[in-house]
Amino acid sequence: MYQEIFKKYEPTKDNLIYILHDIQDNHPQQYITEEAVLSVSKYLNVPINHIYGVITFYGMFSMKARGKNIIRLCESPPCYLKGCDNIYRKLKEELNIKQNETTEDGLFTLELCACLGVCGNAPVMMINNDIYGDLTEEKVVKIIKDIKGEK
Amino acid sequence: MKFYRSHILLGMSETSIEAGAKKIELALKSELSKRNLQDEIDVLETGPLGFFAKGVCLKVYPENVLYENVTVEDIPELVEEHFLKGRPVKRLLATTTRVEAYDFNYKERNVLENSGIIDPEDIEEYIGVGGYEAWEKALLKMKPEEIIAEVKESGLRGRGGAGFPTGLKWSFTAPIDSPEKHLVINADEGEPGTFKDRLIMEGDPHKLLEGMMIACRAFGANKGFIYIRGEYKLCIERLKHAINQCRSYGILGQDIFGSGFNLDFDIKVGAGAYVCGEETALIESLEGNRGNPRFKPPFPGVKGLWQTPTVVNNVETIANVPTIINKGAEWYKSLGVNGATGTKVYTLMGDVAMPGLTEVPMGITLRDIINKYGGGMLRGKKFKGALVGGAAGVILSDKLLDVKMDYESLKEYTAVLGSGAIMVMGEEVDMVEMLWSILRFFRHESCGKCFPCRLGTQQLYNIICKIRDGEGKEEDLESMILLSDAMVKSSFCALGQSPYMPIKSSILNFRNDFLKRIK
Repeated sequence: MYQEIFKKYEPTKDNLIYILHDIQDNHPQQYITEEAVLSVSKYLNVPINHIYGVITFYGMFSMKARGKNIIRLCESPPCYLKGCDNIYRKLKEELNIKQNETTEDGLFTLELCACLGVCGNAPVMMINNDIYGDLTEEKVVKIIKDIKGEK
Repeated sequence: MKFYRSHILLGMSETSIEAGAKKIELALKSELSKRNLQDEIDVLETGPLGFFAKGVCLKVYPENVLYENVTVEDIPELVEEHFLKGRPVKRLLATTTRVEAYDFNYKERNVLENSGIIDPEDIEEYIGVGGYEAWEKALLKMKPEEIIAEVKESGLRGRGGAGFPTGLKWSFTAPIDSPEKHLVINADEGEPGTFKDRLIMEGDPHKLLEGMMIACRAFGANKGFIYIRGEYKLCIERLKHAINQCRSYGILGQDIFGSGFNLDFDIKVGAGAYVCGEETALIESLEGNRGNPRFKPPFPGVKGLWQTPTVVNNVETIANVPTIINKGAEWYKSLGVNGATGTKVYTLMGDVAMPGLTEVPMGITLRDIINKYGGGMLRGKKFKGALVGGAAGVILSDKLLDVKMDYESLKEYTAVLGSGAIMVMGEEVDMVEMLWSILRFFRHESCGKCFPCRLGTQQLYNIICKIRDGEGKEEDLESMILLSDAMVKSSFCALGQSPYMPIKSSILNFRNDFLKRIK
C-alpha cells in the first residue's frame, strides 16, 4: 500500500526522512504505523531499529495515532514572553486534553514545539500547515470553534 | 508587455496570508475589473514587506503610499477613492513614523533589497532588477580563485552565529581533489527569535540560489542542497518553484551558459530538531540518520556529506554573495566597522512597537536598532534588557544600549552577535522566568549523545525550577554558572556550550531578580 509513495523516491537511506514525512502526511491519523516501518525497512534495506531511532528523534514524527488537526503551540522564549503559557492553559481547557493527547472525536491533537520562526507575531501556533499568530485566549477559542464548524 | 498606471504590491507571507491577504487580492482584482481599471492598475504579490503585526499591508507605486490593516470591506472604498479619484484613504494609511522607518531601511538594504518589491515567484522580475548578472560574471569572466579572493577580501563572515570568514572556509575545500563536492545551505533556522532566513527565502528565493551558484563555482561543487525546516512550508514551496524556473531557463543544469560547468540543486526537508542546525548534525540528518553531531576533525570541508568535501553555509551569508561579486569587495567593506563588514539582518521582537526584520550596516548600536527601526518601546514601556542572539545569546542590560553591534565590540563584553535575534524586554519582565524558559528549551532540545549536555541541561533546569518555586539558595546561582561553564569545556557540540551565555549574563546583569525569589 506504500508503493505509490516509494515510487517517488530512490531506495537510498538519505530518502528515509522524506518517505516518513510522506507516509505520515498521507495517513488520516497523521502517524507512522508499525506496518509502515516494516515496509520502509524492506524498501530501503535499512534495519527497523534505525528507522525507529529516526522517528523518535525528530519532533514532527509520531508513532501514535493523532487527530485530524495537529496543534503545535510554540513554547520558546519569545512566545513565552508574550504569554504562550496562558494560551496553552486555555487550549487544554477548551479541548479537555493534555499535552500529546487527542480529543475523543479525533479532531485535535495538542503538541508543544520549539520556535516556529514567526516571533514577530508571538504567541504563535501552527494547525497542520497553517500559522496562527498574535494569539489571545479569545482568538484561540474562536479558531477552535471555526475548525469544529467546518469539520 | 503591458504598462500600468499604478502597481499595488501585496506582501504575501505566512502571517499575512493568515490575516486574509489572499481574499483581499481576489476582492481587489474583482473590484478593479468592476470599475474597468484592470488594465490601468496591476495587483502584484510580493514577499514580506519587512514588518509585522499590522494585518494585511498594501504598498502603492509610484505614489509610494502604504496601507495597513486592510480588510475585504475596505476594498470598494479604497478602489473608488484612491484608484478612481486619486485620493489616498487617510483612515487606512500606515502611521508616519512607520513609513519613515520603512523607507529609511531601503537605503542600506543588500540581502533584502528586492524583498517586498519583486514577485518572488517570477524569475523574470528577479532578472529584471539585475538578477543572475553576478552569476554570469562569476561563471564566464572570473576564475574560481578570483571569486574566493573577492569574497575573502570583502570580509564576509558567517551569519549563522559563529561568524567564521566565508572566503576562508571555501579556500579550505577548493584545493581538495575530489570527484564530488557538495554545498549545503543551512536553512534549519531553529534558534528561538530568529526568522531572518525564512523571510529571505520567502521574499527573494532567487537571491539565495544565485549566491549558491557562485559558491559552488568557487570551490568546485556540482551539487547543492538546501536543508530547510519542515515547518517552513511556504519557503519550501517557493524555493522548489524557483529551482524549477532556473532549470527551465538554463541557469541551472548541464553546460550552463556554454561554460561546460554543470550544477544542480535539491531541497531537503528536516523534521523538527534544533540540534540539526549544527553543521555535522545537519549532515547526519541529510544522510537519513538521527541528527547527532559528529566528531570534528575531520571537518565537513574535508569529509562531510557522504564523506565528500562539503561546505555548509547559512542562508543569509550566501545571500550576500551576489552583491559582493556585482559591486566588489571594496564597496562591501565600506559598510560596517571594526572588521565586521557589510550589513546584518536583525529580527526584532518582544516589547517593541514594530516587531519585524531590518537590515542595517554592522556596528549600529542597540539603542538605534530599537528606536529607529523598531519604532521604540511598546506603549512607552521602560527598557529593561534584551536577549541578543537567540536562546544561546546574551541578556544585555540598559548599560550596554550604546555598544556597537559587531563581532569585536560585543566580544569585549563577552557578548555575541549570534543569529541576529533581538528580543526586547520591558521593565515588568522577570529574568528568572526568562531564564527558566531558555533552560526549558535546552533541556528539550539536547540530542542526548554526550552526557555533559544530556545531564547538564536537565540539572540546570532543575535548579532554575527550584529558584522559581522560591526554594533556591544564593549558592545555586554560582553552581549554575559553574555547571554551565563545565558544559562549555566538556560538551560535544555547541548546544551543550550554549546555556552558559544566557545564565552568566542574566545572573550578572539582573542579580536582584534572582535574589528576590530566593529571599
